[in-house]
Amino acid sequence: MTKFCSLNTVPAGRCYIIMRIDADADLSARMRALGLQPGRRIQVMRRSPFHGPIQVRSGQTDIIIRRADAAAIHVRPCDPNIEHSPANEPECN
Amino acid sequence: MSKRIALVGMPNTGKSTLFNRLTGAGARVGNWPGLTVELLSAKLLLGDSMVELVDLPGLHNLHGFSEDERVARHFIETQPVNGLLVVLNATQLERQLALVLQLKALGLPMLLVLNMADEAASRGIRIQVETLSASLGLPISLVSAKHGQGVPELRQALTAWLRQYPTPITAQARVLAEDDNIEHTLDTLLAQTVHVPPVLSPSHTDRLDHFLLHPWLGLPLFLLIMLGVFQVVYGLGTPLQDGLGWLLDALKTRWLAPAISGLPAWAISFLLEGLYDGIGTVMTFLPIIVVFFLAMAVVEDSGYLARAAFLMDALMSRMGLDGRAFVLQLMGFGCNVPAMMGARVIRSRAQRILTMMTIPFSLCSARLQVFLFFTTAVFSPRAAPWVLFSLYVISFAVTFLTAWIWRGRARKGADPLLMELPPYRLPTVSVLARQSLRESGHFLRQAGGFIILGVALVWFLTHFPLGAAPASPATLAGRLAGWMEPIFSPLGIDQLLSIALLFGFVAKEVVIGALAVIYGAGGDQLSGILAQRLDWIQAYSFMLFTLVYTPCLSALATLRREAGGSRYMWASLVWSLGIAWLLSFAFYQTARALTQ
Repeated sequence: MTKFCSLNTVPAGRCYIIMRIDADADLSARMRALGLQPGRRIQVMRRSPFHGPIQVRSGQTDIIIRRADAAAIHVRPCDPNIEHSPANEPECN
Repeated sequence: MSKRIALVGMPNTGKSTLFNRLTGAGARVGNWPGLTVELLSAKLLLGDSMVELVDLPGLHNLHGFSEDERVARHFIETQPVNGLLVVLNATQLERQLALVLQLKALGLPMLLVLNMADEAASRGIRIQVETLSASLGLPISLVSAKHGQGVPELRQALTAWLRQYPTPITAQARVLAEDDNIEHTLDTLLAQTVHVPPVLSPSHTDRLDHFLLHPWLGLPLFLLIMLGVFQVVYGLGTPLQDGLGWLLDALKTRWLAPAISGLPAWAISFLLEGLYDGIGTVMTFLPIIVVFFLAMAVVEDSGYLARAAFLMDALMSRMGLDGRAFVLQLMGFGCNVPAMMGARVIRSRAQRILTMMTIPFSLCSARLQVFLFFTTAVFSPRAAPWVLFSLYVISFAVTFLTAWIWRGRARKGADPLLMELPPYRLPTVSVLARQSLRESGHFLRQAGGFIILGVALVWFLTHFPLGAAPASPATLAGRLAGWMEPIFSPLGIDQLLSIALLFGFVAKEVVIGALAVIYGAGGDQLSGILAQRLDWIQAYSFMLFTLVYTPCLSALATLRREAGGSRYMWASLVWSLGIAWLLSFAFYQTARALTQ
């Protein structure tokens, strides 16, 4: 399986696509309700100090999520101006 | 036949604002069969029939696991309704429509309201309402609940809609495990009907967040904002309070006293020094409470509280709590009871109970009254706001200490923090006015019940037997205070003050009223007496004790109900009494030793 980055490790300000979510049923249902689900484009806005939660934007919604929970979200970078197609994705770094 | 509509929507959709728009101020909190919690409902006249509108707790998802979501779902599944009025945030249709599709599967009549239509338009979001309505097969109304646009039209639509569905029915409570299907439908629907600009221009919210959520500026700015709120409350509220105090005093001497001069001496004493002074002194706080709730409503409605959760989560997580607990703490500044009920959004039971155990230390508006009275009486006008601020700081310190000591299990089974950061909104004047109207109504009702009873009882205790000098050691209160003296004298709290504390257990609103009765003086006179009798160390020690000593009766009852057992209620009571005594003792003895 391709290796994706975890959302808690990616830099702020760039666009990513959610590829997979490894969370239990409860948490992934809550994530889905807030718009975090595979295929969605998201962007990390900022991190709070002292290793606090991160602010993520998905569509029109801003969400705060703890880094430990964000680790369950696997993403790969996207170019916001090009439609998503797995063939020409740049490698995750 | 009575008609009933349930108001459903995700959090942050302006659901409550719409509820208030539709129903005016006549909402009441009611109990529902089979539900352990209370829901807000109100009657409204639509066409020629009275309809009950029930405001269900916000839910993200019908499969949600939070207490609120369970409550909403249980209501929808068990209570017959004529239909669901579903409120959606027009700026976030891409994720809110999933809820609509879930709700649709219940087979109930539905009417959709796209709220914040104006905001969506200004962000360049275009919605094909007709197409959306046709694809869903549901009527749609566009409104701005905040500004009231579209609300009369919505009422008309509701009236027509109710004529179509005159009989309440119960939902088809089939399990709704068709999420995949729903997502597919959703994507098609979105592509057809909602156009979102690919890259949003940096909005006002982003620019504000750049500063307010700044890694280093964020927390200092938060403290500054809260300090500003207290300065506003103090600066605006105190002159108003003085004015009202003067008015009440004038009424008493010019009109009330001559009017009842024919009555026996004890009756005059009961009416003037008991009821009038007691209730009047509490009543003078009404302007401050109104200003206070106005200021809190501005902070709350602006969307800033969610930011506070973001900033504070790192600290709170080390104590087994999370950012939401911090927000509830701030909500508790108004009244601890609704803040405790708000802890339902926390799914982990251990963490929920820990949060509820800490909320009683949040400095509620009832305690604020006591502190305002004492700081004004004993401290200089320049020092007073800082004294007040220090009490808020201590309230947080005790909260943190409590959480730290009791964190135990809550730390292991941590509940994932996942919450929405709503865009900043400017609260409108009408929303604020309604909010403070409701809060003052609540305050007056409290004054009407608890406080009248409280001051009457205090008067009886301090004046019986009738021959003795009021509040002297010969009276019932005097004897009671004599027994308690060994506990309170190491704290610098004298016998008369300890009587007031005893009554503060029922409701902290009673403390000042009780003092007025005990000293036989209201308002300014009472301030004068306190200033003479107490130095700043005694006053501060008394305030520390009042801040921490025990949750009021309604807070304890709420804790018991929400935690599902009296164990936590007793734990909270014993813990807070113990810590209050230790804190006041440490402060009083140290301060005395240092100033000698």
